[in-house]
Amino acid sequence: MPGPLELVRSLGHGVVDKIWRLGFATRFFFAILAHSGTAFRRLPLTLREIYFSGVLSLLIILVSGLFVGLVLGLQGYETLARYGSTEALGILVALSLVRELGPVVAGLLFASRAGSSITAEIGLMKTTEQLKAMDMMAVNPIARVVAPRFWGGVISMPLLAAMFSAMGVFGGWLIGVVFIGVDDGAFWSQMQSSVDFRYDILNGIIKSVVFGFAVSLIAVFEGYDSVPTAEGVSRAITRTVVTSAMTILALDFILTSFMFRGNS
Amino acid sequence: MNRTVLDLWVGFFVALGLAAVLFLALKVGNLSAAHLSETYVLQAKFDNIGGLKVRGPVKSAGVLVGRISDIRFDPESYQAVVTMNVDGRYKFPRDTFASIYTAGLLGEQYIGFDVGGDEKMLQPGDTVKMTQSAVVLEKLISQFLFNKAAEGQDSK
Repeated sequence: MPGPLELVRSLGHGVVDKIWRLGFATRFFFAILAHSGTAFRRLPLTLREIYFSGVLSLLIILVSGLFVGLVLGLQGYETLARYGSTEALGILVALSLVRELGPVVAGLLFASRAGSSITAEIGLMKTTEQLKAMDMMAVNPIARVVAPRFWGGVISMPLLAAMFSAMGVFGGWLIGVVFIGVDDGAFWSQMQSSVDFRYDILNGIIKSVVFGFAVSLIAVFEGYDSVPTAEGVSRAITRTVVTSAMTILALDFILTSFMFRGNS
Repeated sequence: MNRTVLDLWVGFFVALGLAAVLFLALKVGNLSAAHLSETYVLQAKFDNIGGLKVRGPVKSAGVLVGRISDIRFDPESYQAVVTMNVDGRYKFPRDTFASIYTAGLLGEQYIGFDVGGDEKMLQPGDTVKMTQSAVVLEKLISQFLFNKAAEGQDSK
């Protein structure tokens, strides 16, 4: 049973440790930016990472997007039918996907599908001392290993979010128009008249870019900073998913309060 | 440097992503239809704007000709000053009538231009002189009820 003094001591240690990690993460972020030249000069390195974090996430993103769209179509129809305005289904599906669900859900899926594997890869490289070996050969591991993975994630994320939204709109259309029988023309024209490109779609894309930066940074940092043991790597992967999810949702709230101030 | 199968997949992925953005922009959003590039500013004063919103549509003969850019309260005349960005392709006569209409029974409210016959056109920055306020549903209902009550007394 720890005494009160130990409790206070461990609390203080925890807080100082968190702040220390935050500072290190910030320095790490600038180190990635400084060493990003290699990631773009040797493009195949980054392309390989886009393949692993983007192309291989296609299936989960497209299928989830379709199902989210189907559910939105069904639930939206249920509610709108009470007010006799089922033609507004297109607006409801498109706005909720483009503004919120697309970037956020795609970000969460991306963090658990691609972020966790990036952390595992870098963490295992650290455990098997590959990163140290690179350092010995005068190859900077941040330039060679971390930066390509970081930029691969940053590039993949907005594309995946756009595909998620597009697939969701298709799902909503499938349920609303094909199965339930909402008028096709009204569905699209109402959607087009109230979804604004700059206000809605561009803000959604900005969100997904910000989430891409956040998730990729968390994933590579947790891998790089992991305790080099089997247990340490597994903890780092868990932390990646948990921290990414919380960061995405918190950032989403902040960005939404900046972008959509309810003046529309 | 040679082409690899990996490049094909990445190219496919990027093309799919861009196609999704294009789909969102053209099919879901309104980038293609009535994109207001060249606009000029008109103002109108209303006694009551009802539920009019910034970014709401300005229509003439049912066609979208502009968007509302700003709504202010004028503390001197106690009226609402509505600023509109109107499509530069369209000019309206000086005696154009600006009214606030509602799309559908519960739909959004918009400004409709009913065009007059004046040969002089409204210039950028001008104020539309003749306006009609929004119809407030409560006023309409109470008016209807009073009329009904008055009719009931007449028939006695």
